[in-house]
Amino acid sequence: MKKEEFLQGIRDGIPICLGYFSVSMAFGLTSVLSGLPIWATVLISLTNLTSAGQFAGVNLLLVHGNMIELALTTLIINIRYFLMSLSVSQKVESKMTLKERFAVSFGITDEIFAVSMQRKENLTSSYMAGLILMPVIGWTGGTLTGAVATSIMPEVLSSAMGIALYGMFIAIIIPPAREHKNVLFAVMLAILFSLAFAYVPGLKKCSGGWSIIIITLIVSAVAAALFPVEEEEEK
Amino acid sequence: MKTEYLLMGILVMAGMTYLIRVTPMVLFRKKINHKWVKSFLYYVPYVVLSAMTFPAIFSSTGSKLSASFGCVAAMILAYFKRSLLTVALGAAITAFLVQLAGF
Repeated sequence: MKKEEFLQGIRDGIPICLGYFSVSMAFGLTSVLSGLPIWATVLISLTNLTSAGQFAGVNLLLVHGNMIELALTTLIINIRYFLMSLSVSQKVESKMTLKERFAVSFGITDEIFAVSMQRKENLTSSYMAGLILMPVIGWTGGTLTGAVATSIMPEVLSSAMGIALYGMFIAIIIPPAREHKNVLFAVMLAILFSLAFAYVPGLKKCSGGWSIIIITLIVSAVAAALFPVEEEEEK
Repeated sequence: MKTEYLLMGILVMAGMTYLIRVTPMVLFRKKINHKWVKSFLYYVPYVVLSAMTFPAIFSSTGSKLSASFGCVAAMILAYFKRSLLTVALGAAITAFLVQLAGF
């Protein structure tokens, strides 16, 4: 363990940690209000360290989705980490051991990926340990804070809180849809398909988890074919 | 909710997420530069969240009307790029006020 590298990682991780805290507080708050026990909510954040993936997972758990739906939904939503991890694998120092690679892999998130890619030097395991540690603390701590806050919330407010999780989704979708017509197209097409799966007689039989998977595959494929994304748009 | 079901579910979620992250790190060294694949991955999060939100959001509170108001509030706040927490709470408080007014 190189102390200087580790401390630099900690420093670079603090902004991510702060950002994660407020997001995961919303996650903890809404998950517990939707009916998930506090321990499960915190355990999910600690072991998953991902936003959209675990939001979708909780959604499925709440409607008692089966394990195949859960595994496939998680796979599709988080498959982007595959590419990020691939990029990181080419930037880590060549002498990084297999054991260290197994450990570093746990912490590949959008933000950690982005910060590590900005670093000029090759990535050492010490640096990555520091960079990952702070966001993990922020993400898990925020979840716990949000989850515990629910118990001091008046009962009457709780009934309206079911919408908070969806509010958070809207906060993720709208800003890029506002700026990029291609994202707006994908969002509108996804909503159209989703409405069809909810109201068209034959399609209604499809369970929530599966319809999400089908919609994701079709709409993302169509959007990618019609509007291939340029490099600079990806951030 | 059964504890075994939850533990199993969390294990599946965590296991799958880790598998995705660890596979390229230990197995692959070559960089993917396929434009369609990259574009596909770019759209996935937006498509998933859109499909999950609509139309489910309209049955997420005590009444369709309060949910609709909450939804509009969320969209306005999100349009002006408020933080996730602000948008989430804004939607909830709006829905709460509409319910409080007796709708």
